[in-house]
Amino acid sequence: MSLDLVWQYLLSPAFFQGAVMTLLITVCSLFFGVVMGLVLALLQESRFRAGPVLAFFYLWLFRGTPVLFQIIFVYNVLPSFGLRFSAFTCAVMALSLNEGAYMAEILRSGLQAVRSGQRTAGMALGMTQGQIMRKIVLPQAARIVLPPMGNQMISMLKSSALVSVIAVQELLLIANQTASASFRYFEALCAAGIYYLALTTVFMIGQAWLERALDPKKRKKPALSLTERLLRSSSPQ
Amino acid sequence: MKTDKPLLEIIGVDKHFGNQHVLKNCTLSVKQGETVVLIGPSGSGKSTLLRCVNLLESIEGGSIFFRQSDITQSNVEPHRLRQDIGMVFQNYELFSHLTAAENIMLAPMTVLGINRAEAEAQALELLSKVRIPDKADSFPDELSGGQQQRVAIARALAMKPKLMLFDEPTSALDPEMIREVVDVMADLSAEGMTSIVVTHEMGFARRAANHIVFMENGEIIEHATRDEFFGGSVSQRAQRFLDQILH
Repeated sequence: MSLDLVWQYLLSPAFFQGAVMTLLITVCSLFFGVVMGLVLALLQESRFRAGPVLAFFYLWLFRGTPVLFQIIFVYNVLPSFGLRFSAFTCAVMALSLNEGAYMAEILRSGLQAVRSGQRTAGMALGMTQGQIMRKIVLPQAARIVLPPMGNQMISMLKSSALVSVIAVQELLLIANQTASASFRYFEALCAAGIYYLALTTVFMIGQAWLERALDPKKRKKPALSLTERLLRSSSPQ
Repeated sequence: MKTDKPLLEIIGVDKHFGNQHVLKNCTLSVKQGETVVLIGPSGSGKSTLLRCVNLLESIEGGSIFFRQSDITQSNVEPHRLRQDIGMVFQNYELFSHLTAAENIMLAPMTVLGINRAEAEAQALELLSKVRIPDKADSFPDELSGGQQQRVAIARALAMKPKLMLFDEPTSALDPEMIREVVDVMADLSAEGMTSIVVTHEMGFARRAANHIVFMENGEIIEHATRDEFFGGSVSQRAQRFLDQILH
């Protein structure tokens, strides 16, 4: 094994581009997944009979089949119906559709965790349903859904490796191709692993920061320097 | 300013929950500046009647006139009507992600479009009025029940309502906190705020009520002035209820 080679792979344009591709797929799929999840969560709550039925069918379908199956299905079957997309688009489509099913459950539990009395209080103040959603329900639900959503984001980053089967040039495929050309599996996979760990670490830090930002109490308190914070933690307020 | 035209007129209101007849031909009118106290055993329909007034509940029969217009007509937009009718709940229902001041500022800013500075000034003024000026930056879970309920009253007042509805405002409070909330409500009544108060707090009724209405099984059984009521000229059913709550 050669650490030099690991280093070389890490800095190579191919690996870097693979990592960027992985990040891009993850971010795009997360975005559309959250949108899809929100639509489904609202459908589940809707008063019209068709809404919950439709949402149930969707969840049944996308949670009941493997993601890998969905990726291959979108890539190979849609073209026979005249729907042709690039491998990247297919990858994002399949991952978003799958993610939507899980996001829907997370978002729904967040929305339900906000007591109905809070909405009633908003109504009694003359607010419209939209205003109640934006100003009362969503800010409270956001704090509740953030931790499970963070987990979901990290698992999405890892699921993105699955799209290598449809030849999207993401990190794992690059590592695999590099290794099969040079037979340096250890070095190539090490380099990919380091990229994955770096990306998940960034996600975790981002999540912790967001959780802090959404905590109204921390937002209100004046910013303290690190030393002040350390002094404070040793003496109870 | 007192006029003789009623601010609110409830005429022959009927309502069912499933096959339970919760409001039976209820008729009640409230004049500008009056405080009406609604009493009665639990499940008698007091809260439901109150919630019909700001359309949180729909009615099946009868009509409700607020400022001489029928609010049960289909062209009435509930959220517009509710801008003029404040409501205070048993469980306060303060918005837990906002400070006391922000709770008060939210509706004036989002519904009436008042700017932040003005809303903030109004919030501080209202917090002084409910006697907790120093709690502006506290979050609901940092306040006692009595303080939370006073913030909730201030929040309702921020919309400058023409009518206030209080739905058992002191029922969730410890005895020592009831007083501070009752004082604020009595002040409002003394200033001429038209109010309908569902409560078991007879001390409040004695201090502030112009009329006392007794309900049982969805029916308005008794409608008396304060003096009649406390002077003992009430029906047997109302007297029995009174004996129960006062032991």
